[in-house]
Amino acid sequence: MGDISPFQFQVVAALIFMVGVVGVLTRRNVIVMFMCIELMLNAANLSLVAFSREVGDDQGQIFAFMVMVVAAVEVAVGLAIIISLVRNRDTLNIEDASQMKW
Amino acid sequence: MRTALFWILSVAALAGSIGVVGNVRNPINSALNLVVTMLALAGLYVLLEAQFVGLIQVMVYAGAIVVLFLFVIMLLNLRGSGTAGAEVQPLVKIAGTAVVAISAFFLLRVLSTGRAPWPDVDPSYGTTRAIGEALYTDYVLAVQVAGVLLLAGILAAVVLAKKRLD
Repeated sequence: MGDISPFQFQVVAALIFMVGVVGVLTRRNVIVMFMCIELMLNAANLSLVAFSREVGDDQGQIFAFMVMVVAAVEVAVGLAIIISLVRNRDTLNIEDASQMKW
Repeated sequence: MRTALFWILSVAALAGSIGVVGNVRNPINSALNLVVTMLALAGLYVLLEAQFVGLIQVMVYAGAIVVLFLFVIMLLNLRGSGTAGAEVQPLVKIAGTAVVAISAFFLLRVLSTGRAPWPDVDPSYGTTRAIGEALYTDYVLAVQVAGVLLLAGILAAVVLAKKRLD
């Protein structure tokens, strides 16, 4: 693996996760916030795969695969919710979605 | 070679993720930056000898999920409308960034202690065959549950997104 240490992969994963957190905290566009959640899931996946390689066991990769399955379902349902939000409210701003029912 | 690849892919993934967050004008640009991040992460997986996960990353994330994002953005045709004046106040931004910086510091402190070098793995590590065998023997229950979850997701998406018929 050259002179790359396992630690460096974890740093990359942590930084991508932090960018995702900052995005969710600062952006108000629903779709962009959703993409930032995807970024966080991907960072967690990178961390899992790097740990899996560090231990030398491929169970971490199976866990990453399951995370991807759940992420795919989450995107389908979340985008359907966003479509329904836009249809009812005509907005993409999260601040306008303050009621549970309308 | 591997070191160079690692740095190129890491910088691409980080730049793409910053592009997703920093792009205030148009969500389509954010989605395209997301593709860059996903592909760079797939490269990192291959670098970690996780070929199967890298392949699935390209097919599921870069292929399906981002296309779904682009499809919805173009379907809604809401270029920036409804998000004007939607910026958070600076205090919240500063507080959020501070929280993230502090947690990043502690995370890196924890992660940097006492790491072993990479172990040698046998050639079948991370191949589709090895992962597939594990999935269909030890983890077959998880695969079944994932199937049920996908079905529920499809049905929920159709029910939520369909127009009212009455």
